Amino acid sequence: MTSPTTETLRKTALNTVHRQMGAKMVNFGGWDMPVEYSGILAEHNAVRTAAGLFDVSHMGEIEIHGTESLALVQQVTSNDAGKLSDGQIQYSGLLTDAGTFVDDILVHRCGPGHFFLCVNAGNQGRDFAYIQQQNRFACKPENAGDRYSQLAIQGPRALEILGRLTPVNLAALRYYHFTRGAVDGVEAMISRTGYTGEDGFEIYFDPRHSERLWGALLDAGKAQGMIPCGLGARNTLRLEAGMCLYGHEIDETTTVWEANLGWICKLEKGLFLGHDALERQKAAGLERILVGFEMADRLIARDGYPVFCEGRASGRVTSGSPAPFLKKNIGMAYVPWRLREPGTEICIGIRGQQAPARVVKLPFYKRLK
Amino acid sequence: MYPKNYKYSQEHEWVLLEGQTATVGITDYAQHSLGDVVFVELPKPGAKFSAGGVLGTVESVKAVSEIYSPITLEVTEVNAVLANAPEKINQDPHGAAWLLKGRATNPSEMAGLMDATAYEAFVAEKEKEEHA
Repeated sequence: MTSPTTETLRKTALNTVHRQMGAKMVNFGGWDMPVEYSGILAEHNAVRTAAGLFDVSHMGEIEIHGTESLALVQQVTSNDAGKLSDGQIQYSGLLTDAGTFVDDILVHRCGPGHFFLCVNAGNQGRDFAYIQQQNRFACKPENAGDRYSQLAIQGPRALEILGRLTPVNLAALRYYHFTRGAVDGVEAMISRTGYTGEDGFEIYFDPRHSERLWGALLDAGKAQGMIPCGLGARNTLRLEAGMCLYGHEIDETTTVWEANLGWICKLEKGLFLGHDALERQKAAGLERILVGFEMADRLIARDGYPVFCEGRASGRVTSGSPAPFLKKNIGMAYVPWRLREPGTEICIGIRGQQAPARVVKLPFYKRLK
Repeated sequence: MYPKNYKYSQEHEWVLLEGQTATVGITDYAQHSLGDVVFVELPKPGAKFSAGGVLGTVESVKAVSEIYSPITLEVTEVNAVLANAPEKINQDPHGAAWLLKGRATNPSEMAGLMDATAYEAFVAEKEKEEHA
């Protein structure tokens, strides 16, 4: 099987810039994306100790306008969007009728008749088709992916750095809230969200200004040690923070409960796709659950490696990698319900060896407030 | 860039033969492709490998790469530095980060490997393909 040449891959507005900067590029879900610039370890640790800048323009955006926008959002998602006030955001699941994941998304409430969803890059088309198909309400979903570039600035110095480029009072912007304002003179939506476990912001703006904002942010952050970061560090950061990645921890075979995401599942909000299946599963109890684990020594568990519980084959590692900041080897996997307690010993099959590991509490890493 | 007195395999290992002693490592191209090396798994002295046999693995954050023996050898020494400082492979792949030494039992196999000039051309071709 031949892989697509980069001509057939989708590109963000910053593709040339990434290549000029010498980034190693990778095909990620059909996008030609930077995986690293100076090295994953340096990039990961920069985010944990200073700041990092990510081009995440491959992410998708779906806007819903109309008087019954909330009703549509409530129908297709697991969390209670009715609790959101204007300018507030929640993490949520776009669910199938079985209570499993079509995608994991961020729901932003812009106003009572306007919602903005940030969705995963590879799922944009599918999510949009799904939402349209479920729409029997007085509202109109729009696939807005092409209208936005997105940059993420993440790390303890992110606020200080972004603050130099915007009149917005970032300190007053609470976590999981967003506002609109100018960044280096460019109109943008600024949300205090991220996929790293650090403080930080995600900035959505017209793609025409991509090179300008990328350059302005890097300049503003240089003295604080901010460096450009790719998808390699994005993955190790979210894994350390115990966050799920679609296609790994969650997909159309995993329910919200099994993925340990009960906190984004509000059965009490009323009926929604998957509600009844989830209610039944809650009553019946779970057979398996997602856990975090730590390797006992230097051996590294990776995505897809077999997991053994009590000597029996028990699924596969959903995500596994060295943890650059914690300096351990970690991973996540589904294990039988009764083996979920932290401290439980399991084994990971690594090139024919049974490598010891143990279940640990998630998240692996939590930032100091 | 690539030492003239080394020979190179298509799998990006290098070997230096001095008398019957072979020193083996991975090339700068290999370390650059891998990214930050975090772990190296090497055999014990006494282990024997034919040309093409899997000596061990070099692991980066994102990838596991098997190391193939460029020639038939019996391991005599393993580089102890790499256990605690695997990143040396990124820093000095042709020098301080040699992987192992061994007794070459069939030195004529060296003739089947690339010299530095041929390897440089081989790598240049690969890099062109990657940036297509």
